[in-house]
Amino acid sequence: MQEAAHKTTAFRRRIADFLGKIPLLAWLAAAPLAVLLEHLIGYELATGVGLPKIPVLFGFVIMLKTPLLIPSALLYVLLIYLIPVCLVAWVLAAPANWLAGRLYRLPIIVPVLVHLALLYLALHLWADISAYRGLTLRLTLIAVMMTLSLNVINGYMGEFSCSHPGFMALGAYGASVFSVFFFASDKLFGEALLPEILGAFCFPIGLVFGGLIASLGALAIAIPSFRTRGDYLAIISLAFMFIVKSAIENLEFVGGPRGLSGQPNYASLPVVFGVAVVCVWIINNFVRSTLGKALNAVRDDETAAEAMTVNTRRTKILAFMFGAFWAGVAGGLFAHVLRYVNPGTFGIQKLAEVLAMVYFGGLNSVYGSILGGVSLSLLSEALRPLELFKWIIIPLLLILVMIYRPTGLIAFKEFDVRALIRPKTHPRKEV
Amino acid sequence: MTFLFQNIINALQWGSFYALIALGYSMVYSILMLFNFAHGDIFMVGAYIGFGVAAGLVALTAAGAFALPGWLILVLTILISMFLTSFVGMLVERIGYRPLRDAPRASAAITGLMIGIILETGNLAILGARRISFPSLIESTTYNVGGVFVTSKKIMIVVVSLLFMAALHQFVKRSKWGMAMRAMAFDYLVVPLMGVSINTIARMTFAIGSALAAVAGILFGVAYPVLDPYMGIVFGWKAFVAAILGGRGSIMGACLAGFLLGFIEIFVAMIFPSTLRDFIAYSIILLILVFRPHGFFGEAYSARLRL
Repeated sequence: MQEAAHKTTAFRRRIADFLGKIPLLAWLAAAPLAVLLEHLIGYELATGVGLPKIPVLFGFVIMLKTPLLIPSALLYVLLIYLIPVCLVAWVLAAPANWLAGRLYRLPIIVPVLVHLALLYLALHLWADISAYRGLTLRLTLIAVMMTLSLNVINGYMGEFSCSHPGFMALGAYGASVFSVFFFASDKLFGEALLPEILGAFCFPIGLVFGGLIASLGALAIAIPSFRTRGDYLAIISLAFMFIVKSAIENLEFVGGPRGLSGQPNYASLPVVFGVAVVCVWIINNFVRSTLGKALNAVRDDETAAEAMTVNTRRTKILAFMFGAFWAGVAGGLFAHVLRYVNPGTFGIQKLAEVLAMVYFGGLNSVYGSILGGVSLSLLSEALRPLELFKWIIIPLLLILVMIYRPTGLIAFKEFDVRALIRPKTHPRKEV
Repeated sequence: MTFLFQNIINALQWGSFYALIALGYSMVYSILMLFNFAHGDIFMVGAYIGFGVAAGLVALTAAGAFALPGWLILVLTILISMFLTSFVGMLVERIGYRPLRDAPRASAAITGLMIGIILETGNLAILGARRISFPSLIESTTYNVGGVFVTSKKIMIVVVSLLFMAALHQFVKRSKWGMAMRAMAFDYLVVPLMGVSINTIARMTFAIGSALAAVAGILFGVAYPVLDPYMGIVFGWKAFVAAILGGRGSIMGACLAGFLLGFIEIFVAMIFPSTLRDFIAYSIILLILVFRPHGFFGEAYSARLRL
């Protein structure tokens, strides 16, 4: 009995040692190779183990649809992803450590760009296999942006905002109207005003435009609601969300309840990936800045923060508008990914989804938001074959997380890029 | 003029649904300082339970087991469904709220939201997506009072809901349990030291709130005999806003705000195109909240909450 326990701890320590020596660079270098392998022999292997086609989401969908194929799907995932990634990462550990050490001494932007390039390469190759993967990936990145921007308000500021779907709607419609009005010939707005070739370059302007509209909306909520403390924001923002939805339904010039379509295809994977990276970077810097620390102080004790010369009202309004801005940008991307928006999308269901992602991943942490956004959007795609029961399993999971970890899985953890990319030649020192 | 009176009657009926549901939100909020986001779906479950009980009783009567008049079936349906739905409320409290009493308050809001989704989906999974129609239990007679048409159903609905509100008011003001609830709302850290169990009181609050939601559900079924699994969302969120508008934890306030919301919605639909209903209703609520941040009967945060 004791021996067995001893064995498992030894085994665990061995795994920890194995993982502890591999830097992120090696993992990121291994990932594109595994995906490349899938490109080369994926189809043959899939048919070889009896799968009808390449499993799109790591075999989850196939496993749930036809349980008989579970062993083949597991085998496929093992052979294509797990074993090659671990093997290559292990082989590359030493050179990657050397390279990471070299890069680590350069200005931080260089190693970060190298890592991001590798990550993008892996994602691009992965998404290349099927259009469904590409769509899921883009929507996942947008979900991460939404989660992160709501975390600024609900996690870092400690308020309970319900208006994120409203901001998303404002951003989506703002950006869509911008690009449809200027760059697309369309029944609603007539001929394109500017040559279409310019459109893709002006897309960031459209996104920022949408974001600014969303933050204007946030200002309208923030001015009355930050006069008092407590749950006031929750109600006002909820009412705001319904008002936005209802207003868009009544605006005929953007299509009313039928929705707005005809957005040009600007939101390709590199664009979405780029915007998401910029979003994570800026929000991470924001929450680590003086303003971000002031925000945490306001959350923990508003009176004490006020006494420490924090202008609480201004801080809260700024942070709220900041969060809303990124929600608007995410909304703009969302509209251009689907190339269709209708006001019905931005209702209570969306609210429940975003709130779930924030509280599942973890409050007050960028890691948590990334984890929450990615895991819940992938989970809801993977569980799609279960149809209705998906909406019982995911809420149950969330209730369990809330009961056992009320602040979410990775809460109150700082996103430290330097710690993430450092070479792992020496065992990690405790700070 | 008759048109106006006609709409006042409609608004009273519409508002009584909101008021009954808002009471549940308001009571939970005053005791635990938590939003019970599952309450709208408890209303839906209550309506379905009412449907089941009513259908069962009607079938038994038709089979000749006993002969009951329609109004008696309705009374029995209301009482039995209140009893059954209160268990749903207690279950929600046990699963979603008691383990989280010391957690950040937003976490409990999330569990409430998720329980709501589970209730909706569970209903869809069990009964399917079709809408079901509530059996008509009482004959509706239409009275013509000076050109205003009043159906007996509408009068019945308004009277029954007012009766329940008055009963709740008396319960909270007069009974020992009501006193315990008020004490708990006053200070839920000290009152448990006086030998009042917070678990019992919280469970009771959820049970009463759910029973009232069941009444609202059955009355809704009587007035608009079509039930669908998502009816709780529409009503629940609006009633939630009404509860806040009335002032957190105030029974009178929740009732008044519920009726006010009913009036706003009916009269907006009367004057403007009905697609603008939500827009104008919420805008008015937003304006009221801007000028009266604590609602009609609420007190500022530094002060105590009342029930």
